[in-house]
Parts: sequence; structure tokens; C-alpha cells
Amino acid sequence: MSTLTSPGGPVRRLAGLLHRRPYLRLAGLLSAPLLWLVVAYLGSLGALFLAAFWTTDVFTGNVVKQFGLANFQELWNQSVYRTVTLRSVGVAVAVTVADSLVAFPMAFYMAKMASPRAQRWLVIAVLTPLWASYLVKAYAWRIMFSGSGVLNWLLDPFGLHGPGYGLPATIVTLAYLWLPYMILPIYAGLERLPNSLLDAAGDLGARSFRTFRTIIWPVAFPAVVAGSVFTFSLSLGDYISVKIVGGRSQLIGNVVYDNVGAANNLPFAAAVATVPVAIMVIYLVAVRRTGALENL
Amino acid sequence: MTLTRGARVALRLAMVLGLAVIYVPLLVVLVNSFNADKAFGWPPSHLTGQWWSRAWENGGVRSALWTSVKAGIGATLVASVLGTMAAFAVQRYRFFGRETVSLLVILPIALPGIVTGIALNNAFRTVLSPFGIQLGLFTVVVGHATFCIVTVYNNVLARLRRLGTGVEEASADLGADTFQTFRYVTFPLLRSALLAGGLLSFALSFDEIIVTTFTAGPGVETLPIWIFNNLFRPTQAPIVNVVAAALIVLSVVPVYIAQRVSGDTRAI
Repeated sequence: MSTLTSPGGPVRRLAGLLHRRPYLRLAGLLSAPLLWLVVAYLGSLGALFLAAFWTTDVFTGNVVKQFGLANFQELWNQSVYRTVTLRSVGVAVAVTVADSLVAFPMAFYMAKMASPRAQRWLVIAVLTPLWASYLVKAYAWRIMFSGSGVLNWLLDPFGLHGPGYGLPATIVTLAYLWLPYMILPIYAGLERLPNSLLDAAGDLGARSFRTFRTIIWPVAFPAVVAGSVFTFSLSLGDYISVKIVGGRSQLIGNVVYDNVGAANNLPFAAAVATVPVAIMVIYLVAVRRTGALENL
Repeated sequence: MTLTRGARVALRLAMVLGLAVIYVPLLVVLVNSFNADKAFGWPPSHLTGQWWSRAWENGGVRSALWTSVKAGIGATLVASVLGTMAAFAVQRYRFFGRETVSLLVILPIALPGIVTGIALNNAFRTVLSPFGIQLGLFTVVVGHATFCIVTVYNNVLARLRRLGTGVEEASADLGADTFQTFRYVTFPLLRSALLAGGLLSFALSFDEIIVTTFTAGPGVETLPIWIFNNLFRPTQAPIVNVVAAALIVLSVVPVYIAQRVSGDTRAI
């Protein structure tokens, strides 16, 4: 243990200095993370946002660094971008609604009906697919929805046909991908709700629906909203799933992607990219009023 | 609780159906990797194991897997150091802008991946190109580390909050300096939180495709990029099936480790 007590040495002196000056310790701790996140990351985001006000020369393909609102004007005036934005928001809303409808009964069963042992296993069962690759899960639904796929095989005896690739398939796939993000917050919220409250409601004569409306829903609502932050934002930015199962449908993400890649028009891509970010900011501000963000 | 018999049956049914919806597509991928037919058709007429050995011998898959592992380890190491430092600063000190640090750490994962992707792509090309650094594995690691910091940060922050400062003060009273206290007292107590955060960070990096698309150079292909590039090629379908099936099987590993480490899945 002599190394622990030996005085002197540059390391020991540095340690002493750090011990006497807490602000020096704080500065040391903060330097690297802030350099990375503020200078590198926020700097990149700021540069991108700035680029949204520039334009691309149609002939040379070079970026013209001149401040202007041309990109945003085009974004606003071209009806195709409005359609794509509305479609993307529609998909995100549909995914969120589908996820809450599927997740709520599952979370309720897990929190209030399953035995503690079963509860533990069910949480694992719901969590495990989160670790499976995003692409693999989207690919699984490509197999499900394909022409000679599982869905058609299942529906065929009833004389029905699956929807094939398109927006409905995209909504199903995205809802599948983000389902655990909805189940877990609702489960956590319902688990905090004391059973005695439900018993009391029953003793006082409330039927199932009344209990749900007056006791369960007020507690569960912030949890549903917390889950919706994930399902909504993750769906809004997605462009991979729609490429895999969406057929020829386009969402905001695809417009951004195509403008960076094929069209080589970074300024316009940057302008389009501000749309989902702006929608998310509005959504988060609206959500903050419900107090759901403290549940995240 | 007063649930009618009908409601109980309905809830049980919803749970079973929900789990079926979660697991049936994954099982289909697993079965399909043994499909003898090159063209996809359900149900498979014959089963074979040959695609598994063919995939194992596939050079593209192997090098993509290796690239993914390298990127994941690099990003996790950087994220562990930065996330731990930020967590210490926020949990142990009071300073102006403390709340903002938490927001800043979450931002890269909260924003759509494509926004982070093109922002970093733009920055790398303008800032790093003059120094002769091209897009490649290094830029992938930087991009991944940026959104992986949050996992380590959250885990370490929660652990530090639970630990309090008592043991560290005791260590200082017994004559240990700042570094010795960290090495002999704090770090061992943080180890399992770091492992949990690191595991999640590696998984996030290993699975990431959008930021990777924009930060990887032309020669750098991670496993998700390989899958995506080969997804629409009918001739590669059997190999893609096997890689997908293997990734599903492998996803059990982190869950198992997390269980062993913390005994509580929700710690992650």
C-alpha cells in the first residue's frame, strides 16, 4: 500500500491541485464532452442549418454561399413537398395510434394481471426484440408482405389478399419496430398505479369502463404521451423502412436523402431536414404541457 | 380487481396475440434461412443448411462483420469516456447550464438520424478534407460515438446518484488522492453500470445504418450497410436470409448478459 501514501510526484501534485480547486476538476470533466458535443456536433448542425439558406448552382453543382430564402420558398410553394410532409405526419400519427392501441392492453396485462414471475419474463419477452437489428425486422416484414409471402399464404384460404408493399405495409412495419418503446413506458406507468385504487373503484360500484376512464386513463395518459414521443419522432425521420416495404411511396426522409445523394443539392436537403425537426419541436413543446416528459 | 370474466379473457388474448405479432416475423426469418429454394416462397418446400455454410464463407459478410465490430468497439470506448465525464460533471457539481448538458447529450439520438447524418457528412467533408482525412472508419466511429454517449451517460448518472459521495469522502479522509479514489473506489462501483451502458452503446452502433450511410466512405461497409446493399438483389437473398437469422439469434446475447449483470432488465 506504499503507493497509496507516498507523497510527492507530479501525479500526486496534480491530484492535490485538483482536490483544492473544484472548478478545475469540473473544467477538466466538462472539456472533452463539451468539445465533442458543442463544437463538433452542434457546430455541424449549425453549419447545416446555415447551408439551408444557401443555394446550389444548377449548372456547376457548386454551393452558392449567398443568404436567401429560396429553398424555403420552394418548399412552401411546391405542392409535392406539402403532400410529402402531410403524408409523413400521417404515417407517424397512424404508427403512434396503432402502437398505443396494441401496447395498452399488453402493458395492462403485464402490470396488473400477470404474476410477478410472469411479469419479469414478459418484460424480457417484450425487450428482447429491441436488440434485434432494425434492418432485420424491416426485412422480416418484407417477407411477410411479399407476393408469395406469409401474409398472402395466411389470407389465401379466406379468399383475401394482403396489401402488398406500400404505405399500409410501411405503417405496420414502423409500428412493429417501435412497439416496445410504447409498451415499456405504459407498463412502468401502470405498475406505479396502486391496485388498491382499482379495488376501491370497484367497491364503490364503478364498472370496468368507468374505472378505466376515471382512474386508469389519467395515470396512463402521460405514459402514452411519453411513448408517443418515441414512436412519432422515430417514424417521422425514417426513410429506410419505406424503401424496404413502401413500394414507391416517399416520405420526408426520402426527399432529404435523394437531395443529398442523387440530386447533390445539400442546401435544399438541409432546408427539407428542418421540417421534421420543426415538427418535433412543436410536438415536444405541446407534450411538455402534459408533464409527460418527466416520465421519460 | 373487479374485471369481468370477458375483460380478463380479452386482455389475455391481447397479450398472446401481441407476443405472436412480435415473434412470428422473426421466426419466419429464422425458418426462411433454411429454405432450399433460391426464390422466396412461403412455406418452404425443402429445408437445407447449405446457405449457412455459404454465408460463413462469404468474404463480403465477414469483412462487413469485422468492420461493424471495429466501429462498435471504437464508438463504445469513446462514448464510455465522454459519457462518464459528463455524468460526473452533472451529478457532482452545480454549474450554470447544467440542465443543458443533459439535453445536449440526448439531442443526437432525439433528432432524426438523417439530420445528424447529413450534418456530420457536411462537416467532415469541409473540415477534415483539407487535412487529408477522408470519410472512412474513423468518421463512422466519430458519428456513432456522438449518439452513443447518451447510453453510458444515463447509466453512469443513475449509478452516481445512488452511490452518493460518502465512500469517496471516506477514501479521501484515509489519504487517497483524487486519482486513487477514482481507481480504487469509484471505478469498481461504476463497473457494472459502465458495462450496461457500453453494451447498449455497442448494440446501437452495431445496428445503426442512417448515420453510417453518411459518414462511411465508399470502401467502408458495416454489416447493416451490407444487408441494405444486398437486400434488393435476388441472387443474394439466401445469404441475406442467413445473416438476418444469425442477427436474430445473436440478439439474445446482450439480453442474457444484461440479466446476469444487473438482474434487472429495466436497468438498461
